[in-house]
Amino acid sequence: MYLAKIIGRVVSTVKQDTLHSVPLQWLQPVDASGKERGGPVVAADTFGLGPGELCYYITAREASIALWKLDVAVDAAVVGKVDRLDLASADDRRAEAGA
Amino acid sequence: MTAARKREPDVYLGTVVGDVVSTHKNERLEGKKLLLVRRLSLELKPEGTEVICLDVVDAGVGDKVLVVQEGSSARKIFDDPWIPVQAVIVGVLDRVDIGGKRIL
Repeated sequence: MYLAKIIGRVVSTVKQDTLHSVPLQWLQPVDASGKERGGPVVAADTFGLGPGELCYYITAREASIALWKLDVAVDAAVVGKVDRLDLASADDRRAEAGA
Repeated sequence: MTAARKREPDVYLGTVVGDVVSTHKNERLEGKKLLLVRRLSLELKPEGTEVICLDVVDAGVGDKVLVVQEGSSARKIFDDPWIPVQAVIVGVLDRVDIGGKRIL
């Protein structure tokens, strides 16, 4: 699973059968510092999150599993909303680097 | 192209850099601890982006850990075909040697 920020909603009414009633969101993958990582991704989102919210998503076959089906034509799905990230402090990281 | 798509080893060494607090999540993930892990290079330097892993060995921030990142193995660990998980922390490292030389 990877961190991402919701950037928008994707609406499509004419779509492949397995995608019916699957809400789609546009995500921008980010790292823990909030820096963008690669290009945006379309993911299924059953949580109804809004733009700007931090979430985590899963890819590949597990995306379909997250939707309780095995045959949904998605490659990414949101599996939760991030309330807070507790990161190792800069001091911890310096100690780890042996500085 | 996300990191998940590059063909990288499925079992690797990582370092726990943080934890994720999340109350609103997939119901099969409820009660499971989520940790942010970065992959370690041969020099034990963190590299690449953070991956969110489930933890079954009670690891904590700062620990060097063993990660399995492969969906069907991960589901088997939890004995649940409907848990959306790819990466699991399956060990806390005590020691690592390369060619007889201890590096951790």
